[in-house]
Amino acid sequence: MPADAIDRTDTRIRIGRWSRPAIVLWTLSFLALLSIVLFMTLDAKGSWSFVLSFRGKKLLSLVLVAYAVAMSTVLFQTASNNRILTPSIMGFDALYVLIKTSIVFFFGIGALVSIDGQLQFVFELLVMVGFSTLLFRWLFLGQERSLHLLVLVGIVFGILFRSFSQLMQRMLDPGAFNVLQDSLFASFATTDPTLLGISTVIVVLVSLVGWRLMHAYDVLSLGRATAINLGLDYKRTVALILVLVAILVSVSTALVGPVTFFGLLVATLAHSLVGNSKHRYVLPASVLLAVICLVGGQTLLERVFAFDTALSIIIEFLGGVVFIILVLRRSAR
Amino acid sequence: MLLLAFLATLLLGLVSLFVGVSDVSLPALLTGTADARALEIFAVSRVPRTLALMLAGASMAIAGLVMQMVVRNRFVEPSTAGTSESAALGFLVVTLFAPGWPLMAKMLVAALFALAGTALFLRILRAVPLRDVLLVPLVGIMLGGVIGAVTAFIAYRANLMASLLAWNMGDFSGVIRGRYELLWIGLLCGVLAYVAADRFTVAGMGKDFTTNLGLNYRRVMVLGLVIVSVVSAVVLVSVGSIPFLGLIVPNVVSLMVGDNMRRTVPWVAVGGAGFVLACDIVGRLIRFPYEIPIAVVMGVVGSAVFLYLLLRTPRHAS
Repeated sequence: MPADAIDRTDTRIRIGRWSRPAIVLWTLSFLALLSIVLFMTLDAKGSWSFVLSFRGKKLLSLVLVAYAVAMSTVLFQTASNNRILTPSIMGFDALYVLIKTSIVFFFGIGALVSIDGQLQFVFELLVMVGFSTLLFRWLFLGQERSLHLLVLVGIVFGILFRSFSQLMQRMLDPGAFNVLQDSLFASFATTDPTLLGISTVIVVLVSLVGWRLMHAYDVLSLGRATAINLGLDYKRTVALILVLVAILVSVSTALVGPVTFFGLLVATLAHSLVGNSKHRYVLPASVLLAVICLVGGQTLLERVFAFDTALSIIIEFLGGVVFIILVLRRSAR
Repeated sequence: MLLLAFLATLLLGLVSLFVGVSDVSLPALLTGTADARALEIFAVSRVPRTLALMLAGASMAIAGLVMQMVVRNRFVEPSTAGTSESAALGFLVVTLFAPGWPLMAKMLVAALFALAGTALFLRILRAVPLRDVLLVPLVGIMLGGVIGAVTAFIAYRANLMASLLAWNMGDFSGVIRGRYELLWIGLLCGVLAYVAADRFTVAGMGKDFTTNLGLNYRRVMVLGLVIVSVVSAVVLVSVGSIPFLGLIVPNVVSLMVGDNMRRTVPWVAVGGAGFVLACDIVGRLIRFPYEIPIAVVMGVVGSAVFLYLLLRTPRHAS
């Protein structure tokens, strides 16, 4: 065997006539399907029609979240051209919470209760896209900044947004605070069912735009200079991707609340499993991994260990460890 | 100049003494016409609270300064190095397994955990050959997040989430006589830091330089870490953690008077006390008669100032 075939990043490793990405994708698909089936059927007592429709809704929201988080993270990493930043590390979901809190703070609790939930969601989306585009244009399309500075600034922005939300929440009257808390509090065990329909539509629309840009992602990940050299309209593409990311993050935060490290976890795993950076493989792999983590993890915790909401804590723990290792490895090189 | 800052802080303290729901007025106290209830509130609630604010502010700010000297990085402080989170973990563990222990013993356990957490942080840093200025706080914040997740998991299993929330959210509204005295230990640590200030200044110039001057580098490091851990634990146990305080005050002071620790310690102490007093007064007035915990006010002000410090000059761009 020639020396370069031993290299783990080599995609030419084959078992029979299967290439490595294909093996990975098929295995992941199988595992994802398995976790979905287990999630739907394990411990089911009583009428099947009830169980299936009840769990089906939960499953749909988990899959939506998994898809949104995985896509947004991988795309964001491509647009910002590094493997450490993710939208949530940059304070994206804290921004969503802040926007929601500000609506209640400035327009009163009536705004949250009286206006139709879906209309409100669309409005929040628009504000979110506007703000985050401003923020990211300033951070990414302006002068070149060091990666560490970007990450640190992102984290501190996240803390700032969170503190502002807390400040406003404390200044609300207790009744309004409770309603807001209810609409903000969500976990993998209890997702918000009213937003399922509109979220699905939005995610499908975003995906249509996203898949059409597919050819651009691989070019973008070669770096800014090369991408421009290859004839890509760099600024426009990056700006468009950031808009897509903002929408996806809003969807996932609205459904389950903020999860800081989940995206990082699946994107990193996907990259190292697939072994090359072609988005045609990495994107599906990370979506499948996210589904396995969320649906499988939730099944395991709910049915086997009877833990319910602790999944997000476990994901935060694992993600944090992965993050430290990534940062250290990068700077050790 | 220092005298002026000191007077300003005293003035803030005076204001802090007379902000509150029940009516306690300065003229009445001075002329002796205040009724017994007002006197009691003054002695049991107002004076302890103001003292606690000053003590916690000064000692946390000094802890931040010591940490920055020892780690040789401007952007570390107990809450960006995993120290505060480790202290919370220790406090949680001791609350779970030995709920009957006196507060002092619990505080010591928390301090031990804080020490271990900070040592782990330094250990991880040593694995990085190339030290980027910004990498250090980044790793620290993440380590804090990981330790925080462990703590949250235990608290969640033990139904102690509410207590954990209270420890992580610094708040002086519960301070009355008999519940803040531990903070004097923090002041003691501050004095110790002042006495050893020259050593820390030298240690801040690096290991080789320190050894060359005939100092035991290791011993100075350990002393610094012990001071930082004890202060973090004391503040956490008595009022809850206060983010960013140890980061902002020393940095602003260093912009004003430089890096010689012998000169900066008094400034940092006075500045920390004044800053905490100001934030607390704001938290008490903004939604009078209700209160907003100081950690929230500090979170907003602190992260904004931190962002300013980070983006102030483009010289960090590598």
